[in-house]
Amino acid sequence: MSPTTLAVELPSEPHAEQRSDRTWFPVCAPSALVPGRGVAALLPDGGQVALFLDRAGRPYAIGNRDPFTGAYVLSRGLTGSAGGRPFVASPLLKQRFDLETGACLDDPAVSVPVYRVREIGS
Amino acid sequence: MAATAVPTLVLIGHGMVGQRFLEALADRGVTRRSRVVVLCEEPRPAYDRVQLTSYFSGRTPEDLSLADPGFMARHGIELHLGDPATAIDRATRTVTARSGLVVPYDTLVLATGSYPFVPPVPGADSTGCFVYRTVEDLLAIEEYAKNSRTGTVVGGGLLGLEAAGALKGLGLRTHIVEFQPRLMAVQVDEGGGSALRRTVEEMGLSVHTGVGGKEVVTGADGAVRAMELSDGSRVETDLVIFSAGVRPRDQLARDCGLTVGERGGIGVDERCRTSDPAVYAIGECALAADGRVYGLVAPGYEMAETAAAAIAAGQGAPAVAGDLDGPAFTGADTSTKLKLLGVDVASFGDAHGTTPGCLDVVYADSRSGVYKKLVVGADGALLGGVLVGDAESYGLLRPLTGSVPPVAPEQLVLPAGTGAPAALGPAALPDDAVICNCHNVTKGTIRTAVSEHSCTTVPEVKKCTKAGTGCGSCVKALTTLVNDELAAGGVTVDQGLCGCFPHTRAELYEIVRTRRLTSYAALLDGHGREEARGGDGCETCKPTVGSIIASLAPTVGADGHVLDGEQSALQDTNDHFLANLQRNGSYSVVPRIPGGEITPEKLIVIGEVARDFGLYTKITGGQRIDLFGARVDQLPRIWARLVDAGFESGHAYGKALRTVKSCVGQSWCRYGVQDSVRMAIDLELRYRGLRSPHKLKSAVSGCARECAEARGKDFGVIATSNGWNLYVGGNGGADPRHADLLAQDLSDAELIRLIDRFLMFYIRTADRLERTSAWLERIEGGLGHVRDVVVHDSLGLCDELEALMAAHVTAYRDEWADTLADPERLARFVSFVNAPDAPDPAVRFVPERDQIKPDLVLLAGPALPVRTASDSRARTLEGTAAR
Repeated sequence: MSPTTLAVELPSEPHAEQRSDRTWFPVCAPSALVPGRGVAALLPDGGQVALFLDRAGRPYAIGNRDPFTGAYVLSRGLTGSAGGRPFVASPLLKQRFDLETGACLDDPAVSVPVYRVREIGS
Repeated sequence: MAATAVPTLVLIGHGMVGQRFLEALADRGVTRRSRVVVLCEEPRPAYDRVQLTSYFSGRTPEDLSLADPGFMARHGIELHLGDPATAIDRATRTVTARSGLVVPYDTLVLATGSYPFVPPVPGADSTGCFVYRTVEDLLAIEEYAKNSRTGTVVGGGLLGLEAAGALKGLGLRTHIVEFQPRLMAVQVDEGGGSALRRTVEEMGLSVHTGVGGKEVVTGADGAVRAMELSDGSRVETDLVIFSAGVRPRDQLARDCGLTVGERGGIGVDERCRTSDPAVYAIGECALAADGRVYGLVAPGYEMAETAAAAIAAGQGAPAVAGDLDGPAFTGADTSTKLKLLGVDVASFGDAHGTTPGCLDVVYADSRSGVYKKLVVGADGALLGGVLVGDAESYGLLRPLTGSVPPVAPEQLVLPAGTGAPAALGPAALPDDAVICNCHNVTKGTIRTAVSEHSCTTVPEVKKCTKAGTGCGSCVKALTTLVNDELAAGGVTVDQGLCGCFPHTRAELYEIVRTRRLTSYAALLDGHGREEARGGDGCETCKPTVGSIIASLAPTVGADGHVLDGEQSALQDTNDHFLANLQRNGSYSVVPRIPGGEITPEKLIVIGEVARDFGLYTKITGGQRIDLFGARVDQLPRIWARLVDAGFESGHAYGKALRTVKSCVGQSWCRYGVQDSVRMAIDLELRYRGLRSPHKLKSAVSGCARECAEARGKDFGVIATSNGWNLYVGGNGGADPRHADLLAQDLSDAELIRLIDRFLMFYIRTADRLERTSAWLERIEGGLGHVRDVVVHDSLGLCDELEALMAAHVTAYRDEWADTLADPERLARFVSFVNAPDAPDPAVRFVPERDQIKPDLVLLAGPALPVRTASDSRARTLEGTAAR
């Protein structure tokens, strides 16, 4: 088994120049994550992404900024599942965000960005 | 002569019965049709005199108030406080008050209550002699007791024992002098009296029965020095409380020529009318139609309802209860259940067995101070009884009075498990059985409240029926009935912790303990709700289970360290990083400072660390120092310095023991009677690191002045000259509660053993995030039950609880020292997994008052996506936020 790396797809900026290909940004080895717990990663443009593994080992990535407080802390929240959907609860005021859609489960008017994430060979 | 245009009703006296009367008037619309004027001697509106003594356990006079603040205004009632009536002129139908106010009346109601009887003992009016009747009496006693060492209560009845308990609570050596041959002679028989006496004496009070006070001896300053007793003996004392019964306050009635009884009491008929049909008398001042003066609140309430109904009927209003004149008062049940000095005492029905041909069934166990007697008629009907030391069954027995019980009477007095029927609860009662004696509420009414008035909780039923809002002794039976009725109606109350588990925290604790589970996943998959098994759990149950496993770690064989293995994924971020997350994503650091005692060298280290890392420092309420503004990646370096200087984790981040605060105590303070600092340090070091359902706070005060504020803590210790008093269940915060006294005059070893048991029992049975204060209020049997379990070992659990605590104490290790020694754990302390050396650029500070604070402008940053006319704008902001 060749070692792999978790990589997130950088967001395509509507105003940026057209990119021909998706950009996959390598972050860390899957083993750096503990199922149920997140880590934060610094993106090339200074942005922050929060990565999680669920119990089955499936990775997720969302923006690290908690929109309710402005703090970059979502990676430090506890994960869980409700109705079969994975979520993370902000460690500050406990609002929950769907890890697949970024939607806030406790306030439909709020959401966080979602990043595609996959394992790539290194 | 009936002088007024709008009919005027004057009420003299605003005590418990007076207030109940006003409520009954309002219910019947009388306050809308009449002017209602109340003259009240005391400076405060009606309060719960029955619970008066609870002032000494922390209830404020405001807590005891009976009328909600808007009641008088809402019903247009004119209340004159501190202005007692001084004369009644029945010819002109006017009442004169002390202020000179003259109020004309059409209807007059006397609810003047009673006054304490002070026996004609020489010196009874000396400085230091008190009665025990009003809030003002209590305030005066409290003040005088500050300079007293010994107190004597004359009277060993119900109020006398309450007063004695209060004096003991104030730290005085306490004597009780009772003229009768036993304590509480009116309520209990000889057997009950001796059981009570034994228990009271075990608490350290001195009981003198069969003797009266002969003379109060005073010193040159006129203040009490001693009391000489009728048998020639002498009790040295600084303070005397006369509590030898009460007499009806009927002087106003006598002065205006109303008929009064030979031995006092304003004579009334079955509608509570006096000899003048325009004048009513209710409560303790009245001599009821059955020739008795009732000194209990429940009959007073009945009289209040009776008089209000009669008055409403007189105004032509339809009576509430169907009968044109409303109910009649022809006598009342004088059953009582009390907790005196922590001892349950109850008597009901024919407690003294005066019915011809009646027989006794008696159970007595002088080892545990329990005495129970039932009086049974020749036909097998239960006629009455006396319960001392264990009045649990009162709520069941009293309603059964007058009927043949469903089981043999001996089964009703035996302790559970020794032949007593396990399931004989309120369910066994007939619908017409009275559950709430104070408000005369039957089981049927309570069931109807649930089945027809759609009440689904005990508070709703209380509000709807008034049941349980008097003395509160029926709340347990009430709760059972409400739950039974809800269950019968098919309403199930889901008590589960969260969407993942159908169990309460206490049930999960038992599962983890008995199955020795150390894995959250195993617990979820084996015991979770069907739909949650195999899932990822949730943010509610994960830390809860993490805490349970941590509490039990040494016993179930888990590694107790919160950072290790599967457990690490269960912990809130605070427990994960062993620091407290603050609003901008930075953390704060609190080193343990046991008992608040710290050397200058250590203070300097804290100062240097704060200076070198640029941290904001603040002294906490728990006598330690909080260092704010650390980034995750700085935590190990900060702690390396602190551990090096001899500090260890303060667990400010955990649901665990926080601090044991102390006053400076005997070593320095001229008032101190014990070394409170040493005890605080001992306790803090013993319980440090103990994971619990919520945070635990404690304090130790070196004397009764209580400078450490121990009674605001989960467990508080106050020094006495004989040892330590242990208080439990205190809380500050949004819902303050004064702690209750659990045990008195304990030695060091006794104190620690009792706290061990108390904490472990709490950890075992509390709900998630339930502080000890809420836990004590919630659990069945309340403080009494907890005392039974941890002091009297009623469940046989104490050895186990002590063993659990011993295992915790042995297994304790400093989490921060361990973390620093483990490279794998240290690897987690980075802001970014892909840039371990980069500081988090979002954690920034601005200066304030020579220190730092989070840069809130930065936090506010791109605002929350607000729903505006242009929703696309919101989305753009969101996109920018994440960049």
